[in-house]
Amino acid sequence: MSESANAVEARIAANLRRRYRAERRFKAYGLVAVTLSLLFVVFLFTTIISKGYSGFRQTYVQLEVEYTPDRVDPEGRRAPADLAEGDYLAVIKAALRAQFPEVTERSELRKLYGLLSQSAEQDLRKRVVADPALVGQSERVWVLARDSVDQYAKGQVSRAVPEEERAVSDQEMGWIDALTASHRLEKRFNWRFFSSGDSREPEQAGVLGAVKGSFYTLLVTIVLSFPIGVAAAVYLEEFAVRNRFTDVIEVNINNLAAVPSIVFGLLGLAMFIQFFGLPRSAPLVGGLVLTLMTLPTIIITSRSALKAVPPSIREAALGMGASRVQAVSHHVLPLAMPGMLTGAIIGMARALGESAPLLMIGMVAFVADVPTGVTSAATVLPVQVYLWSSSPEPAFVERTSAAIMVLLGFLLAMNALAVLLRNRFERRW
Amino acid sequence: MMIPTSSLVALIVLLAGVMYVGGRRRAVSLAGGRGGVQRLNSLPGHYGMLVALWCALPSLAVVLVWNGFDQRVILDTVLGHLGQGATSLAAGERGLLVNDIRNVVQGNVALAAASPEVRAAALEWRHLQDLSHLAVAVLALTTAVVGGGVAWRLVAPQLRARRAVERIVEAILILCSLVAILTTVGIVVSVMAEAFKFFGLVSWTEFLFGTHWSPQMAIRADQVGSSGAFGAVPLFTGTLLIAVVAMAISVPIGLFAAIYLAEYADRRVRAVTKPLLELLAGIPTVVYGFFAALTVGPLLRDLAARVGLTIASESALAAGLVMGIMIIPFVSSLADDMITAVPQSLRDGSLALGATHSETIRKVVLRAALPGIAGGILLAVSRAIGETMIVVMAAGLSANLTANPLDAVTTVTVQIVTLLVGDSEFDSPKTLAAFALGLVLFVATLLLNIIALRIVRKYREQYE
Repeated sequence: MSESANAVEARIAANLRRRYRAERRFKAYGLVAVTLSLLFVVFLFTTIISKGYSGFRQTYVQLEVEYTPDRVDPEGRRAPADLAEGDYLAVIKAALRAQFPEVTERSELRKLYGLLSQSAEQDLRKRVVADPALVGQSERVWVLARDSVDQYAKGQVSRAVPEEERAVSDQEMGWIDALTASHRLEKRFNWRFFSSGDSREPEQAGVLGAVKGSFYTLLVTIVLSFPIGVAAAVYLEEFAVRNRFTDVIEVNINNLAAVPSIVFGLLGLAMFIQFFGLPRSAPLVGGLVLTLMTLPTIIITSRSALKAVPPSIREAALGMGASRVQAVSHHVLPLAMPGMLTGAIIGMARALGESAPLLMIGMVAFVADVPTGVTSAATVLPVQVYLWSSSPEPAFVERTSAAIMVLLGFLLAMNALAVLLRNRFERRW
Repeated sequence: MMIPTSSLVALIVLLAGVMYVGGRRRAVSLAGGRGGVQRLNSLPGHYGMLVALWCALPSLAVVLVWNGFDQRVILDTVLGHLGQGATSLAAGERGLLVNDIRNVVQGNVALAAASPEVRAAALEWRHLQDLSHLAVAVLALTTAVVGGGVAWRLVAPQLRARRAVERIVEAILILCSLVAILTTVGIVVSVMAEAFKFFGLVSWTEFLFGTHWSPQMAIRADQVGSSGAFGAVPLFTGTLLIAVVAMAISVPIGLFAAIYLAEYADRRVRAVTKPLLELLAGIPTVVYGFFAALTVGPLLRDLAARVGLTIASESALAAGLVMGIMIIPFVSSLADDMITAVPQSLRDGSLALGATHSETIRKVVLRAALPGIAGGILLAVSRAIGETMIVVMAAGLSANLTANPLDAVTTVTVQIVTLLVGDSEFDSPKTLAAFALGLVLFVATLLLNIIALRIVRKYREQYE
């Protein structure tokens, strides 16, 4: 033996050091991977929130308007129909001219009028029609500013950019600054965002139409998918004898769960719209497509909820003379219901976030009206996000992020509900 | 008289409720009052239920079938009455005409504003629609009354009502579980039918092996680009390129995260980290798309500009990167399942032989879990291929045949969306091409899923 015991020991020690280093490295890789994924989560949320929080506030301008009878009600009858016909644009223009008497040139005046949103006229009209006593009076009202004014007020337009490249000219900036200095320009909570439908003008656009569209779509989805999914799960878990037929169904369900959602959109387009002639862009068709898409998820979760009910329950019921249907409907189903509901809520949360198949069936059309039923044209929240994000107007960026925050808020609420349900009602046997 | 479908259904349900009470009462009275109930074969409620089901089911079926087909029948009748002119129209023009008529019928366009031909058709449509509503209401209610009446007459103490009701219930359950199969059949039939129409216009060899994709067809034959090119190879390579980038991000990160969480992290860290990771899985893809298009794309472009590279702002890299982030939780939770399924005895044996923790993981646990993990990764690939919103928002539209992730590429799903969104008539090769792409997508993901599920299932059985 030429190698001394010391040398062997040294070799082992070196080897051990190497192996421990490898151990630490390996563990570090894992830690890095976890940290990276968590960083992604944080980065994603901070980006969305930092871009979107400003969308919840909107710039308003205070005007000193005078509802002169010859503009608002030239006939002098104070009839609502007459008042609705009044020239409120002239009222606004007069108010602006009074505020900035130094502006006299035509082109400049046009720019000055352009500081306000087109909705200002409608808002005044509504006020006067609702309260005819205002005619002849003057009052201070806050009206919506145009999107570029809003952006400047929020500091999203920089003076450093050359004048011809930005949406707000130096002169307009001067006016806005003057209004701000005299406290006639203010950022307020953006109620309109939650109370109006889509619009081509960013400052007037809201999510109510999309929220309602999502609501009707999910309503159709849950009404169809929950009973069908539970029934299918009950059959497969409680009644079916294992044979080729049930195997085929089972493989089918598992495969359907992994089919890309856009393929369901193609199915919806070809079958529901082309073949059955259902209306395009309607929550009804969207709900049908999402039903087919979420059904596998609901069946799978319902089955595991049924599996969790111990066989002794069924046996006890059968022993007391109940039929299989009675045992299931009186005993197994109520016990499995919390688990099934949890699965259904999670399935609905997925359906709420889904947009690709809905693009196929025409739910991307621009719909300004808030939908009123399952057959009226509508869009849904995620598709609204898609629509706004592809709009060239820079003011839509913060709206998109704000809409995403609304969407994530709903998803969070649904998932919290599912967790709550699980913790409250789940029974361990 | 106009009865909307929803109130018709409500009416039928109400009628069924009445029938339930009627059936129950009859059973009790035939048994000779409350005291004689034990002479009945089943509980009184079962008799009531039987009558209610006989009342509601056939008539609901009538409503469903009628509503499924009445629009088509009306359309065909109206078009038939428009005469020779309408039937000889090209498919596209007929579609426009139908749209016009429909707009008038639904009141989107004023009746007076329409051309006389359309006006006549719309009036006939409305008339037929009213007639159809009335007919279905009469038919469904008659069916309900007759069905319920027959069952009511059948009620007798010897009638095995429970068995009869339960047979109906089981039939309904079977019907519901058939929906899954029907969906698959529906996908295959509808997508295939359109795809084969497409292959009648463009040969499938050109579609599958052609390298030039420009589906925009000019309307007149003499314009430039009048014949669209439908070689889908650039789409396939683009899809694969983005999927490869996504997998290059998600597989290592997801796998290592799963290993760390399953093998190293203590329970508290795991309890906090896992739900946070699953948060990534719950975020809608449209949010990722927005994130990719507005944040990651420009960020990558600026970074690349700093080191002297030029990246297309709609590069495959940006879309793939964000898609990778989206798939991380998918990979990690599947891998986690597979790793925790490896029996503890294998780990104990390895550790007892003096292996370090990482050696045990690498040489024993991962090797034992490998088939399962491979299956999970295949599932993740199929997700990456089928993912739509991220690529629609962050990847390009131009079909480049390239393997460079810094270039802009387009994918199968992007093309399906761009071909089908917007108003175009249904029978042009452009729209049909979307269905051919959809067929390819469906078949590819189906194969991946079948293989993956088979591997995963086999692996699970191994340790059960």
